[in-house]
Amino acid sequence: MQLIAVNRKLDRGPRRAVTLASFALPVLIWALVSYVPFLWHPQVEITQSGSVSYFSEGLLVDREVFDREYDKALENETALPEGKPANPVYLPAPHEVATAFVTAFTTEPKRRSESWLHESLWSSIQVIFWGFVLSSIIGIPLGILAGTYDFFSRLFEPFIEFFRYLPAPAFGALAVAVLGIYQAPKIAIIFIGTFFQQVLVVANTTRKLDPSLLEAAQTLGAKNKSMLFRVVVPGILPDLYRDVRILLGWAWTYLIVAELIGTSSGITWFITQQARYKNFDNVFAAIIMIGILGLTIDLILAWLGRRLFPWQKETK
Amino acid sequence: MTEKELPSYLDQSPEVKDRFDRLKQRPVTMEVKGLNKQFGEVTALKDINLKIHKREFVCVIGPSGCGKSTLIRILAGLEQASSGQVLLNGEPVTEPGPERGMVFQGYTLFPWLTVKKNIMFGLLESGYDKGTAESEAREWINLIGLTKFENSYPHQLSGGMKQRVAIARALANRPKVLLMDEPFGALDAQTRAKMQAYLLEIWKNIDITVFFITHDLDEAVYLADRILVLKANPGEVQEIVEVPVPQPRSPDQFMNPEFLATKQHIEELIHPPSEQEEDDDHLNLVRMVHVNDDVGSVF
Repeated sequence: MQLIAVNRKLDRGPRRAVTLASFALPVLIWALVSYVPFLWHPQVEITQSGSVSYFSEGLLVDREVFDREYDKALENETALPEGKPANPVYLPAPHEVATAFVTAFTTEPKRRSESWLHESLWSSIQVIFWGFVLSSIIGIPLGILAGTYDFFSRLFEPFIEFFRYLPAPAFGALAVAVLGIYQAPKIAIIFIGTFFQQVLVVANTTRKLDPSLLEAAQTLGAKNKSMLFRVVVPGILPDLYRDVRILLGWAWTYLIVAELIGTSSGITWFITQQARYKNFDNVFAAIIMIGILGLTIDLILAWLGRRLFPWQKETK
Repeated sequence: MTEKELPSYLDQSPEVKDRFDRLKQRPVTMEVKGLNKQFGEVTALKDINLKIHKREFVCVIGPSGCGKSTLIRILAGLEQASSGQVLLNGEPVTEPGPERGMVFQGYTLFPWLTVKKNIMFGLLESGYDKGTAESEAREWINLIGLTKFENSYPHQLSGGMKQRVAIARALANRPKVLLMDEPFGALDAQTRAKMQAYLLEIWKNIDITVFFITHDLDEAVYLADRILVLKANPGEVQEIVEVPVPQPRSPDQFMNPEFLATKQHIEELIHPPSEQEEDDDHLNLVRMVHVNDDVGSVF
């Protein structure tokens, strides 16, 4: 059977296998680089310091340095250092990261004022949630108005078009000045990053509603208000829902920048803190957690969408 | 073989003449007076005048680009005329409204509403309470034979079923006139034949005036009392043909001499023999479009 063909869907079996491979391939590459000694491994982990004074057990040195010291020791006939090929500290092996997934949660914070990982994660989720919800409460209605009425389109969109080019993080200092150093300015950054795109995307989606449905409604006697609430809104709902899903993904990308503003907090604080301690296994675990969290929420929303809008044609 | 073998279409028999005299004595439901429509430099419609009488069935036929869709959209109030007037029972038409029901070629059912709720849409707009609207809708669903599908969504229906719902949705508002813009154009031949018979059945049973756009000659002659033949560039009335085929219509009339003569006459109006000789690219194009149209026809 031909797997790579234009305009043809894969069968169920191969499709699952390929989906699995989409995750398995990067992990496989990672595992190969981590576990096969002659692949990459630019450094040497010292197991026996031998006669080299500054070597100590567990130290990572570049391979050239090790080779130079080894040759020197060989020449001088002193005790030879021993070591095994190793990757830099910033690339932990898969099993280390897997372990970190558990230990990151169970390791007590170094200082009393610091928070556990689950607390950091929860704080991040709250920032995303409030930033996105506030943006949606205002942005979606404005988008629908702009998409439905030319008047509101002219009123809102030119300014928003301008504003959306201003990078959200640029408002960091301002947000701190106005809103303080804790959660509020972070929520504000998520809001600024999402809101302007949201209005424009929702307006465009609204404009894409089949105009013949509007005409049909008019010939059935629908007027302004019921056109909006009985035709436009239900008509765009499935597409609107899809937009919201995509925009939620964008909101996540603003999270790290947002959390660096004021007092660093949440998952970002955890990542920078662990990087400082050189616990890169924890850093990797935290980054992957963000990915898993985002993907899980998206899958739940997708599943929910199929149940919310039964009138949509089944798309395989 | 004399020319009289087919009765000359233009010589109306006394019965036919009498039928049309009586038709024209009925009150005028819709009147089009000196209607013009310009799109920039292009004249889409030029000086259209027409009286549509109560319970009359008028078909409009003409080559592509003759402005027939523009005409029906102006009657619906979806577009404004550049000059001239459209009157419904003497009142000028300015905007879309439920007293002029419209059926589009593309069904235009609301995909998020079930069959029943689609039909209820207009009723609720005109202020019916939910219970009454629902029982009215049920009656229509039974009438169009979709009782089993009242809670289905449009995407679960076939093209013919969708168009039946669209017709019922328009008729539920009890319009004075039913405007149909190539309503069966997207259906396959068999379904189209069924829908034509079905529409005639409805027309026979309820008090409704029909204004029907088509590009299918057989369809026009089969359905219409009178056929408005338009020509293109600019779109103007070429002739209003009174169809002599006896009412009520049935599919076995398709081979009647009157039927064939009417068809031939309109065919000649749309593609005049003299012009057929001309090497006019545009006309050839129009003719090609028509040949293609006819492939989809029932007979």
